[in-house]
Amino acid sequence: MEAVAKGTDALALDAERDTFPKLVRLNARRFGSKVAIREKDLGIWRAYTWAQYFEEARLIALGLASLGFARGDRVAIVGDNRPRLYWAVAAVQALGGVPVPIYQDSVEKEMEYIVDHAEARFAVVEDQEQVDKLLGVRARCRRLQHVLYDDPRGMRAYREPGLASLSELRELGKKFEVSHPTYFDDEVGRGTADDIAIICYTSGTTGTPKGAMLSHRNLIATARNAAQVEGLREDEEVLSYLPMAWVGDHIFSYAQAIVVGFAINCPESAETVLADLKEIAPTYFFGPPRIWESVLTGVMVRVEDAARPKRAIVHFFLRLAQDIERRRLGRQPISLRQRLLYPLGSFLVYGPLKDNLGLSRVRRAYTAGEAIGPEIFLFFRGLGVNVKQLYGMTEASVFVTIQRDGDVRLDTVGTPITGVEIRISNEGEVLFRSPGVFQGYAKNPEATRQTLEGGWIRSGDAGFLDADGHLKIIDRAKDVSRLADGTMFAPKFLENKLKFSPYVREAVCIGQGRPCVTALLNIDLIAVGSWAERRNIAYTSYADLAQKPEVYELIHREVERVNRSLAEDAVLHATQVRRFLILHKELDPDDEEITRTRKVRRGFIAQKYAPLIEALYSGRDHVQVEAKVTYEDGRTGTMRADVKIRDVDLVAAQGGR
Amino acid sequence: MSRAEAGGPLLEVEGVSVRFGALIALNRVSLGVAREEVVAIIGPNGAGKTTLLNAISGFYHPYEGRIAFAGRDRTHLRPPDVAALGIARTFQNVALFRGMSVLDNIMTGRLLKMRGSFLLEALYWGPARRQELEHRAAVERIIDFLEIQGIRKTPAGRLPYGLQKRVELARALAAEPTLLLLDEPMAGMNVEEKEDMCRFILDVNQEFGTTIVLIEHDMGVVMDISDRVVVLDYGRKIADAPPAEIRSDRAVLDAYLGVAHES
Repeated sequence: MEAVAKGTDALALDAERDTFPKLVRLNARRFGSKVAIREKDLGIWRAYTWAQYFEEARLIALGLASLGFARGDRVAIVGDNRPRLYWAVAAVQALGGVPVPIYQDSVEKEMEYIVDHAEARFAVVEDQEQVDKLLGVRARCRRLQHVLYDDPRGMRAYREPGLASLSELRELGKKFEVSHPTYFDDEVGRGTADDIAIICYTSGTTGTPKGAMLSHRNLIATARNAAQVEGLREDEEVLSYLPMAWVGDHIFSYAQAIVVGFAINCPESAETVLADLKEIAPTYFFGPPRIWESVLTGVMVRVEDAARPKRAIVHFFLRLAQDIERRRLGRQPISLRQRLLYPLGSFLVYGPLKDNLGLSRVRRAYTAGEAIGPEIFLFFRGLGVNVKQLYGMTEASVFVTIQRDGDVRLDTVGTPITGVEIRISNEGEVLFRSPGVFQGYAKNPEATRQTLEGGWIRSGDAGFLDADGHLKIIDRAKDVSRLADGTMFAPKFLENKLKFSPYVREAVCIGQGRPCVTALLNIDLIAVGSWAERRNIAYTSYADLAQKPEVYELIHREVERVNRSLAEDAVLHATQVRRFLILHKELDPDDEEITRTRKVRRGFIAQKYAPLIEALYSGRDHVQVEAKVTYEDGRTGTMRADVKIRDVDLVAAQGGR
Repeated sequence: MSRAEAGGPLLEVEGVSVRFGALIALNRVSLGVAREEVVAIIGPNGAGKTTLLNAISGFYHPYEGRIAFAGRDRTHLRPPDVAALGIARTFQNVALFRGMSVLDNIMTGRLLKMRGSFLLEALYWGPARRQELEHRAAVERIIDFLEIQGIRKTPAGRLPYGLQKRVELARALAAEPTLLLLDEPMAGMNVEEKEDMCRFILDVNQEFGTTIVLIEHDMGVVMDISDRVVVLDYGRKIADAPPAEIRSDRAVLDAYLGVAHES
């Protein structure tokens, strides 16, 4: 793999700070007693300093060395965000190995693919649940030898060879150091900027996962450039709650934290994230649209439960804030009345609400990965939370464009950060190159060739640069297609519009080569469930609730709303949703219907739900289905259901704007 | 804690009978439970399973027979004294303080371990403060163990049934019992909740070495987690053997009307 981009100043890294282990060592010297990482354990936030971060990583590294770790060895890292797992990442890098984080909710089969493909010899995992999966994997992937775990709970009866706790490994490390006093420093010294720092397997929407290889140079340069553009400081606080296997967490919780020297906070468990968010009140926060959505849904559900006068006050001020924000983003004047009322709203509603959500100290927050609903975006910005859109990819070490402070818009993803160049191909695809451009996919030159052309990355997204240089993304390039009569059809654009409704969790639009557009929908169990409770509609399960006539009525209104807004669009008014159904089950990554990052796998769904799709294009008003479901332990079962189909009226086109 | 003479069985029930007026609920039942064993009690409705548990926990007093715990006769102790000996239980119907938070509910499980003067407690000073912190730490370990961090501050009454059962288990564990009595810990749960509960019960057994006696109807669960199964029918013990043998025991099959056939 030749180095891809060269030349810009940002790429010049001095040899004392060109890998993450070296930077961690530097941090331990520079601000040894400053908090680097916190973890909520047994109800209490426990803090570890940079000196401890370095020391722990060092001992894990020495422990690994005592087990015969060799440069270039791959190490699977599996678990929730835990300090020891981050230290393990640094430890592996210190020995010239490559960490390969894997999504902790992967089923054994998926894990096996990655462990096998990456040729991992070691695995560092969180707990018994992951140990069980890895031992299953090891039975078939002979290359995997050592499984090391953080949490010893339930592990007492395990007697497998090659199994040890990280505390035991730490002790091995101490012993190893006695006989090899300079080993660690020597190994760290051998690391260079162009070593592979991490392999992130992307759960692509098509085919098997691909392992994007990122070098220390890629990550350090990108993390530094983005931190400079955004003015990150040492006193930032981050909540590390997104999967470690996702490149975003690796950038925010590892790369940037080390490069800038700020503190990260590991929540107690996946269920406590919102409570932990409130306790930590981060200054720098990243959330994909679904997180912002679920926070908003949570707020709205609670508001609806409040007494009438309170509810009225909250609604009034929230509308005010959104209206002001909409005007501000649209560069429209704000009336004197609004200016005067806003401080009152801050005092009564916005301030307390932000405080309660843990967003009161946020200096900058991002949303990325998918389009965010304008209502959601305006809601948080209206409260005074500086949420901005960001465009990035694993293959670019995340950052491509960011909306700058004071230049935030609803429908673009901002301008390129330092060192990034953007070009639009003749077919309308977004291409870019930057110091963060990856080193190729592991053991997959074919896929690398398809993505990387002369140093430029083909993003696979259709989009354009507007007059002010802001990037605007329309849809996945390969998904943009045409209806039978030749009308342009951008499914994700429609799906996002549908998903902007709090009641719709997932949407899949169909229309390529068809006479009209139809949709398969998932309702949001929390929002619709609470809506149903308020109306005394009893239900037993998702499948039951989804097929209630009242729920169909509710969703029907939401689809009509989308159609009305589409009717205003000059290009897309002919792609209104004409028929829809609510799926009897939630789309689930375990069933391979969506990726772990919740992107719809269109091809797979078209195949799996072919009978449903045929029914949508027949005149029928209901259809029988039988579906295969995969449980968390990998077993499968079938469920049968009768799914209703609804027609939706066409809204007359308004002749554009 | 009463970790008296090791070696002998932890719990000995010898020829115990319990009657309510003319009704003989337990008829000369004998049963021994070894340390760190998991024993399941099964039997049709009205077989006397809960009565047996109640007799062990001191809620009912047998009119004949003898119950010994850790080698000491304690046939006629009252429930608080039994609890002080290191026996904790959960109930068939959830019995939590509905308005209190999960944390406070579990803290009540430690009441027997708290001592100190009212004045010091009120001032939250010195030993009282130290004691409170110690108990809180113990409770937090249990919260972590049973994975209920997310509901620590939720009022117990607002939780779904499966979680209430788990909180009840947590409260029983807070007393750091030597013997844990579970009355239908999985009743009314869905498959996933049952699997979780099974895992927790086994973990408790392995991690803390707690001896467990449980009543359960789900044969799959019983066969999975117990070392030994005791079968009651009309107040009498009709079988007492490892799960594999129970499965093929004629008398059990007859009494149980084929429930065991399915598993």
